[in-house]
Amino acid sequence: MPSGQEERTRRQPKPATTMTGSATVPNAGALFEDLGRRLYLDAQIDIPPDVRQALRDAAARESHPGARGILATMLRAIDVSDRKQTLVCQDTGIPIFWITIGRGIAVDGAAMLEALRRGVERATRETPLRSSIVSPLERKNRQTSSGDGVPVFHVEFSSAIDHIDIVMMPKGSGSESMSFLKMLTPADGEGGVKKFILETCVGAGGRPCPPTIVGVGIGGSSDLCMTLAKKATLRPVGQRHPDPAIAALEVELRDAINSTGIGPMGLGGDTTVLDVHVEAAWTHITLNPVAVNMQCWRGERRRARVYPDGRVDIGY
Amino acid sequence: MEHRLRTPLSEEDVRRMRAGDAVTLDGVVWGLRDATLIRMFDHGQPPPADLRGGVLLHVAPNVRPSASAPSGYEPMTVGTTTSLRMDRFTRALLRDHGVRAIIGKGGLSDDSSAAFREYGGAYLAIVGGAASVETEQVEAIERVYWEDLMPECLWQFRVRAFGPLTVAMDAAGASLYRDVARTAQERLAQIYAKLGLG
Repeated sequence: MPSGQEERTRRQPKPATTMTGSATVPNAGALFEDLGRRLYLDAQIDIPPDVRQALRDAAARESHPGARGILATMLRAIDVSDRKQTLVCQDTGIPIFWITIGRGIAVDGAAMLEALRRGVERATRETPLRSSIVSPLERKNRQTSSGDGVPVFHVEFSSAIDHIDIVMMPKGSGSESMSFLKMLTPADGEGGVKKFILETCVGAGGRPCPPTIVGVGIGGSSDLCMTLAKKATLRPVGQRHPDPAIAALEVELRDAINSTGIGPMGLGGDTTVLDVHVEAAWTHITLNPVAVNMQCWRGERRRARVYPDGRVDIGY
Repeated sequence: MEHRLRTPLSEEDVRRMRAGDAVTLDGVVWGLRDATLIRMFDHGQPPPADLRGGVLLHVAPNVRPSASAPSGYEPMTVGTTTSLRMDRFTRALLRDHGVRAIIGKGGLSDDSSAAFREYGGAYLAIVGGAASVETEQVEAIERVYWEDLMPECLWQFRVRAFGPLTVAMDAAGASLYRDVARTAQERLAQIYAKLGLG
C-alpha cells in the first residue's frame, strides 16, 4: 500500500519526455484497460443527454398516438436503466473505438489498443454480458465480445487537441444491418445522392429501430465514404456540420425522411429520424460515392479524454 | 382499442384484435428464436411443451444461473430480436401447434399475414431496444426446455402487464407494415417533386 506521498507522486509523475515536448501517459496499461471496460459497459447503460432530449422533443411533437406511446416506452427504458444500472438493450453489439491522438502526448499505441481490448473482454466476463461476436464462417464465439479484427479500432491524429480522445460505440446489429454504399457517377449529381439516401431510409422501414440517427458519408474512396457515414452517427444530435451547405443538406434530408410517415419502430408517425448527419471528403473526378449507416434510437456512445498527466474526463 | 388479456389466448381473443390496437398480457409467454424453430421444423422434433393458445416471443435472453429460481435461471436482460428471420415458420406454428400470437419487432411477410387470417393469429409489435422495460415485466423464468440450445432454448416466461404491444398484423389480414410502406412510397414521389429530383 503506497503512502500518501507516494500515491501523489504516482498520480502526478514528472512527464517522461519521449519526443520533443511530448509527455507519456503514466500507468497506461491499467488506465486504458479500465477505460475499455467502463466505456463498453457504461455506453450500454447510460444514454447520451442529447439523444434523451431529442426523444423527449420528438414525443412532444408527435401527432400519431401510437408513435407517442412507443417514444414513451423508449424514454421509460432509459429511466429503468438509470435506476437499475442495467443494459437498455440486450444486444451488446460490435465494440467499436474511435481514437484521436492530439499534440504533445505520447502513448504506446499498440499497447493502448491491446489494453482497450482486454477491458472489453473483462466487461463481458465480469458483468457478465452476452458476447455477440462470432467468426464469420464457423460462427464460433469466444464469449469475450472480441475476435479477429474486433473490437474495431479507428485511430487518427489531430493538432486541434492536447489529449487522447476515445469514443466507444457498441453497435447493435439491427441498425448495423442497415448499411449501404453506392458508387454513383458525377452525372448522378447531388440529386442522385439525395435520392439514394431517401430510398435507403424508406427501404429500411422499421428494421433499424427508428427513430434513428442517420449517418451519411459523401465523397472519398469506398472505404473512407463508409467510415465517414458511421463516424457521422457519433456526432451529438442537433449539432450541425460547420459547412453551411452540408448543414442545409442535413436539415433538408431530416425533414424529408420524417415526412415519409414511417415513424417509431416503423409503425407510422412523424418521427423516423432523430437527425441526419453528413460527413464529407474530397473524391476522384470520376466518382460520386455515398454511404448510409444508421444508429438506433438509443444512440449509444461514451467518451473519455485522457490527458498527458493521466487525468481522465468521462463524457459523451 | 386496448386489450388486457390472460394467456392462453382463444381464437376469439385474437380475432377481436384490430391493427393499431394495444395489447397487454399476463400469464405465459414462450421465448424462442432461430435455433429453436429450426429444431422443431427442420429436424422434426416436436416441441416439448403444449403451445396451444400460446404467445411466442422472438428472444434470446441474457440469464444468470440461480438456485432459488424455479427453472434454475433468473433473467438479466430479456430483449426482442428481429422477427423476419423466423418468418417461414409462422404458418406451421399456427396450423400444427395452435399458436395464437407472435411478439417481435420489424414485422413478418405477407405469407405470415395470410396465415394469421386463415388460422386466427396476430403479430404483436414490441418496442425494440427497450429491453430494460421488457425485463421488468418478466416475473420469472418458469421452465427452460432444450437447454442445450442456450441461449436459443424454449423459454417459459411468467409475465405481468407485458406490453404495451401494438397489434401490427391482425387476423383480418391487415398489416401496419404494409400500410406504412405504401404510404412512404407515395410520399417519396411527393418529396422528389418538392426537392426537384427527377
